[in-house]
Amino acid sequence: MQKQAIFQSRLLPYALVAPQLAIVLIFFYWPALQAVIQSFLLQDAFGLSTTFVWFENYIDLFKDAAYFEAIVRTFFFSFAIAVSSLSFALLLAVMADKPLRGSMLYRTLLIWPYAVAPPVVGVLWIFMLHPSLGVLSRYLRNMGIDWNPLLDGDQAAALIILAAAWKQISYNFLFFLAGLQAIPKSVFEAAAIDGARPMRRFWTVTFPLLSPTIFFLLVVNIVYAFFDTFGIIDTMTRGGPGTSTVTLVYKVYSDGLLGGNLGSSAAQSVILMVMVIVLTGIQFRFVERKVTY
Amino acid sequence: MVEEEGFRRYIAHIILWIGIAIVAFPVYIAFVASTQDNALIANGQMSLLPGGHFFEVYYQTIFVGTSGSTREPVGNMMLNSLVMALLIAVGKIAISIISAYAIVYFRFPFRMPIFWIIFVTLMLPVEVRIYPTYKIVADLHMLDSYAGLSLPLIASATATLLFRQFFMTVPDELLEASRIDGAGPLRFFWDTLLPLSRTNMAALFVILFILGWNQYLWPLLITTRDDMQTIQVGIRKMITTTDALTEWPIVMATAVLAMLPPVFVVVAMQKLFVRGLVETEK
Repeated sequence: MQKQAIFQSRLLPYALVAPQLAIVLIFFYWPALQAVIQSFLLQDAFGLSTTFVWFENYIDLFKDAAYFEAIVRTFFFSFAIAVSSLSFALLLAVMADKPLRGSMLYRTLLIWPYAVAPPVVGVLWIFMLHPSLGVLSRYLRNMGIDWNPLLDGDQAAALIILAAAWKQISYNFLFFLAGLQAIPKSVFEAAAIDGARPMRRFWTVTFPLLSPTIFFLLVVNIVYAFFDTFGIIDTMTRGGPGTSTVTLVYKVYSDGLLGGNLGSSAAQSVILMVMVIVLTGIQFRFVERKVTY
Repeated sequence: MVEEEGFRRYIAHIILWIGIAIVAFPVYIAFVASTQDNALIANGQMSLLPGGHFFEVYYQTIFVGTSGSTREPVGNMMLNSLVMALLIAVGKIAISIISAYAIVYFRFPFRMPIFWIIFVTLMLPVEVRIYPTYKIVADLHMLDSYAGLSLPLIASATATLLFRQFFMTVPDELLEASRIDGAGPLRFFWDTLLPLSRTNMAALFVILFILGWNQYLWPLLITTRDDMQTIQVGIRKMITTTDALTEWPIVMATAVLAMLPPVFVVVAMQKLFVRGLVETEK
């Protein structure tokens, strides 16, 4: 699709795109290229000399059990966060879609956590579930659970998933509600006339009609779990205890900064880039984004 | 309209209020903790009702900061976050709207390659290229500066695509009309297109402001001086998970202060927020 009515000018368009082009080239393409180059280099321990090592950094990574664990962990986190957050948000959206008094108020009260930053989410949840002073830890201990996410890796992982899913509820709720409101009400009426009970109406009518939204949100949630959980993890567990909450992004960060292993960190960056490109590709290819509001 | 039985409606109300309670509970606890005495909290004796230290704690948080880890007043951190968020939002809108204008309203060599160069940036968040980007910012002597905080985050295509999409829907007659009135490309942009884009710009601004305010990994890497810290980075340095010396009331007050501006924006400008969120995902 192209405009028919246009302006003629030789230099002006270049002047107009120049600022964005400059920023994109300097802060996007150049670093991305550097990451690719760096991933083929190996630096000695003192950073004095670098040698070109082809795919050694990549091969080392895939031989590294810790990296493999981080991949599995990241996918597990993504899946757990997406499923728990999506199902709870869907329940709320279905309820809020009913003709209820005060439905605008409900929407307002449910969407604001979108604005809470990941590190703040981490602080809020670690405070509530801190082993020694958390207000919720008392109840867990009274129930006989030996709660200590700072020492127990599984509990730490559960805490991260819980906090990350909590933050994402509002986003999912908003898009589910938009998706539900886009379904013509006559469809429900027809199903009701056919005698379908509400539960049945949900599974046979609402859910299938909502599937584009669900798929779109699934991809968004996975990308979210890949990247935005960094702030949550860094304030809550810093990857620990041990490496039980180290995700792929966290590993890029900690290997590059703390370990000083820039070659490996760069190779990890490149692998992440490929993963994101694939995810975005899937999204563009399959998602019908017909969400209207 | 399908009739809902009264009983089902009650259930819906109850589930929604449970949802609201779950969503609000952590924030309520944070607020309560920010009004209490640290000794009480450290003992695990925290009350679930607000305490009497509200003014004292918030005064110290905003103007003094913690006495231990980082001695930076949170007021200053908020200022840094504000400047960064505004630079990101305004900068992105400004450079995107003019490049979208060029791409839609002009035909020039390399138009499509340029569009694709910008478009591809959609796919890669800053997290995957942090160290190389860090190095460039360091080479340009932009560490610990507002330019370093904001410029790398401005490099993305969402806004450009949004404006491009919007410009395509603007009727051609408008351009013909202003051309008859003798307006050149800049006049048309300023007098016609910009006023028409106002709602889109506002919606985008709301989203970008929130995203900018909430940035974490990037500021964490490139700020070394305490007085350049943003609030999201500052709060992390306040908690030392192994250390009993964390001043929890101040940490929680900081958390509340960190949430306040973006949450206010979402609630006060809900229409624009929803619009911006839905549009930027297209």
